[in-house]
Amino acid sequence: MEPSCHEPPVVVKGLRKSFGSQNVLDGIDLTVASGETVAVLGRSGTGKSVLLKLLIGLQRADGGSIRILGQEIQDLETTQLDAVRKRVGFLFQQAALYDSLTLEENVSFPLSRHTELSGAERRDRARELLANVGLRRDLGKLPSQISGGMQKRVGLARALALEPDIVLFDEPTAGLDPITAAEIEKLILQLKEKLAMTAIVVTHDVRGAKSYSDRMIMVRGGRVLIQGAFSELQKSQDEFVVQFLREANR
Amino acid sequence: MRSRLALLVFASALSVGWADTGSQARRQLRAVKALFVSFFEWFGELGLFCGRLARAAAAPPFEGRELIRQMDEVGSKSLPLVVLAGAAIGVVLALQTRDSLTRFGGKTMLPAVIVFSLVKETGPIITGLVFSGRVGAGIGAELGSMKVTEQIDAMEASAVNPYRFLAATRVLACVSMLPLLTLAADFSGIMWGWIASTLAEPISLQLFLKIGLKGVNFHDFLLPTFKTAVFGLIIGVIACFEGMRSQGGTEGVGRSATSSVVLSSLFIILADVLLVRLILVFYP
Repeated sequence: MEPSCHEPPVVVKGLRKSFGSQNVLDGIDLTVASGETVAVLGRSGTGKSVLLKLLIGLQRADGGSIRILGQEIQDLETTQLDAVRKRVGFLFQQAALYDSLTLEENVSFPLSRHTELSGAERRDRARELLANVGLRRDLGKLPSQISGGMQKRVGLARALALEPDIVLFDEPTAGLDPITAAEIEKLILQLKEKLAMTAIVVTHDVRGAKSYSDRMIMVRGGRVLIQGAFSELQKSQDEFVVQFLREANR
Repeated sequence: MRSRLALLVFASALSVGWADTGSQARRQLRAVKALFVSFFEWFGELGLFCGRLARAAAAPPFEGRELIRQMDEVGSKSLPLVVLAGAAIGVVLALQTRDSLTRFGGKTMLPAVIVFSLVKETGPIITGLVFSGRVGAGIGAELGSMKVTEQIDAMEASAVNPYRFLAATRVLACVSMLPLLTLAADFSGIMWGWIASTLAEPISLQLFLKIGLKGVNFHDFLLPTFKTAVFGLIIGVIACFEGMRSQGGTEGVGRSATSSVVLSSLFIILADVLLVRLILVFYP
């Protein structure tokens, strides 16, 4: 089922998830419009990464609704869910590259599984994607032979291989030096400007999020504490928001 | 007064002792209960895993290329180890049995003892255990590492079923390769048994095989060899299961590798007892 022309690609309502006695998400509401980039901020362990995994069906929610591209993903069979997943790219926090495959093979992997492209076409496409993230050389290297920043870029190229409608970023700049982090932020911005992709970026980096996001959402206690443009967050009198932004700007 | 005080101290010590013993017993009871629950949980999760695995393996698309790669990985690369283990068993059987048979005047039966022992039991079980050590640990560690580094999640996120691509191919490779490796181990064991025998007392290979294979019929050879397909199933399923439920970083990967070997070896031995009994029921 295609989304109705008015339905945003991501609509989350009352999403709940707990692990044992710990309530991680306690009624999250989130709507992301087509072409919008939303940054999800919050302290570590507040369920931001869990939220992304729930959006793509890697974990099952305890309650609430998740509609992705017009489909309630919690009701879908595996094959239907896979059809949705093909249209969503996911950049994992540690890139999660297949360590037995070369960089080129990592990027070609989704293409070999879900497209009819020939081997040569897949190779060309993989090289083009890697060139777009600034990696023209080292295509035959294994993930263990490259830096964390390069791994993230390869992960991004792989996430974009199937030309997804939505891209989910889990801490894209975590653990990177400021220059590499700025490069990744630039890539996200380029994606937004060139491809007008819908994106959700989970991050702690307020400064970076300010540069590429249309809207920011701050999560606390398993709920959305505040949302809006950065300027709106700055106006907030909430003690947590004030402290978070102050510490982030240090 | 003093005696009352002493009595009071004694009574309080006793009550504290009782309380300590009581709380200790409760703790132990809780620990036993937790162990009991986790035991059944493990079997429940294994059952669910097998269900998902069977569904994934039965439905297209079939992962032919990955299956062949895995057959090479678990089969061809285990061949040297399995052949070496078979050779060692052949030599040990020849050396040990010669002494015993000489004592009882049955030295001429040595080739038959070596062949029967290798083909019917020693070859299959030793191959199964050696394979479990090499392949079980390898699969457990590989999938465990993929799990903790989110590679399995990444695969699932890109709409590739990890049960089909990672688990089913490995299980099928184990099932198909273990009988072939058993044949290689049997052959190696018989040949090295002959070499060890002929070094002690020269005997031609032809005569050795003639005596050795004289009483062996098709069932003696076929059923024990194909029973190793069940061993392969056990190794593949347990190693994939332990790997794919791995958690807790490097330590978790180590635990998955260890439990893959320990549990698959244990289940192989148990399955061997059952299968030997079954074979004897149908082919006494």
